[in-house]
Amino acid sequence: MSANPKSLAAYDAERVRRDFPILAREVHGKPLVFLDSAASSQRPASVIEAVDAYERLHHANVHRGVHQLSQEATAMFEQARERVRRFVNAASTREVIFTRGTTESINLVAQSYARPRLKPGDEILLTALEHHANIVPWQLVAGQTGAKVRAVPMDARGVVSVDDVASHLNDRTRIVAFAQVSNALGTVLPVREITRLAHARGAVVLIDGAQAVPHQAVDLAELDCDFYAFSAHKMYGPTGIGVLVGRESLLEAMPPWQGGGDMILTVSFEKTTFNELPFKFEAGTPNISGAIGLGAAIDYIDSLGIDNIHAHEQRLLQVATEKLRRVPGLTIIGTAPDKAAVISFTLDGIHPHDLGTILDAEGVAVRTGHHCAMPVMEFFNVPATARASFACYSRESDIDALVRALGKAREVFS
Amino acid sequence: MDLNDLYREVILDHNKSPRLFGRLEPADSAADGHNPLCGDRLHVTVRLEGDRVSDLRFDGKGCAISVASASLMCEAVKGKSRADIAHLFDEIHTVLTHHDAPVPEDLGKLAALSGVREFPVRVKCASLCWHTLNAALDHSASTVKTE
Repeated sequence: MSANPKSLAAYDAERVRRDFPILAREVHGKPLVFLDSAASSQRPASVIEAVDAYERLHHANVHRGVHQLSQEATAMFEQARERVRRFVNAASTREVIFTRGTTESINLVAQSYARPRLKPGDEILLTALEHHANIVPWQLVAGQTGAKVRAVPMDARGVVSVDDVASHLNDRTRIVAFAQVSNALGTVLPVREITRLAHARGAVVLIDGAQAVPHQAVDLAELDCDFYAFSAHKMYGPTGIGVLVGRESLLEAMPPWQGGGDMILTVSFEKTTFNELPFKFEAGTPNISGAIGLGAAIDYIDSLGIDNIHAHEQRLLQVATEKLRRVPGLTIIGTAPDKAAVISFTLDGIHPHDLGTILDAEGVAVRTGHHCAMPVMEFFNVPATARASFACYSRESDIDALVRALGKAREVFS
Repeated sequence: MDLNDLYREVILDHNKSPRLFGRLEPADSAADGHNPLCGDRLHVTVRLEGDRVSDLRFDGKGCAISVASASLMCEAVKGKSRADIAHLFDEIHTVLTHHDAPVPEDLGKLAALSGVREFPVRVKCASLCWHTLNAALDHSASTVKTE
């Protein structure tokens, strides 16, 4: 994962910023300081242009027509799938299913894989730091099947230990689902170890990779999980498109999740034969421009080098942590030794919502609230936090602007 | 957009030292309010004498706007009739949600909340306490939500 020092030295955040048109705008008369990329990252011009070019020149429905445009659209859509496959090192494009995003990917697994298999008393094991998208689909399927949802606890730093995972696994554990990186705390989970332990117990593993894929190299052949879910819009791509990568043998055995066009081979009123993978899980006309945008986003990440992005963000994390620790009354929530470039924090005497408004007036965009992780807020006994998150285009002066704006907030509430 | 218009002295003061904070026991009615967006939670207890709210308290956790609004509301409605409270609610609601609405003279200190309308995402913070009070007056047992 370590970047070669030469390329790190060459990493020029100012040059990267010029690739993102939105970063040039002002907010409330101040230069935009965008520190909310964990909620949704901005798009580089190359992604915007790839989508635009598709809409202007190539659009038609995919997998259907014999005419030229349909062939072009199909080729571009399928090239995007191959780009995704290569990016996460999936075994085959048959394992790469386009969805609306991480949430839909997890729901697909819950309903198509888990629901027909779970029996009363079976267990679905999650962790305490999951996003609602990796809690609620499992609660729904538990309600439908009589299975139980359990959560591995975390410690005061927001760390989930491998030992605690081991002690929560048992012969009834059928599915273990967890984030690779916590969106609310930034904690990086020991995903390889957890996957190995779960497999040793015969459980199937789903990893929510939404916060991991934009920030570190992901090699699914090495991770060896059964399902991996992520979203394009957190990795410089469009909204409304995401991916589920699944083990082919499992996907083959799963019934389709939704019915419609594109997912069938033949239909009569007596019997329908389903299409092969991955189309079996892609009912209806897909988000073609979204997939093409995702492909362009992957090209963009490749052009910077994911290891270089990782190293850049880790350096920012370190600088930001040091500078924020010096802000009087500031508490960082989530202090795991292995973290992604996400810092959740509270400021004494100032509610995060007030903080968000004051920072916004200074042009600084952070997320405030429960980050779709209410159990995490509950654990740390806070109603909400403010969260600054970094991306390839973040720079050290963004951190200084944040610290200045926090000073302003303290002034208002002095 | 002027922060000073949102965080006026009166708001900051009522946030720091909320008036009528706590719970009445016994109370004639109570209700919970919850704003899931920011995690604000309020609890309002009221005592009634005929048609009047003879006393009330609020407690809970929230942002400065929601705490100050609740504190100002409690001061404003204590001793008032249901009809007067309904009138006040209509006035404050109009002031919070209409950019150009004039601020009625009889709002008194509640007028300090008029700056909130320049910050549309914060309007729910200011109105949570009013919805909670209404729920208490309607004897609604369920938690009211702003979402």
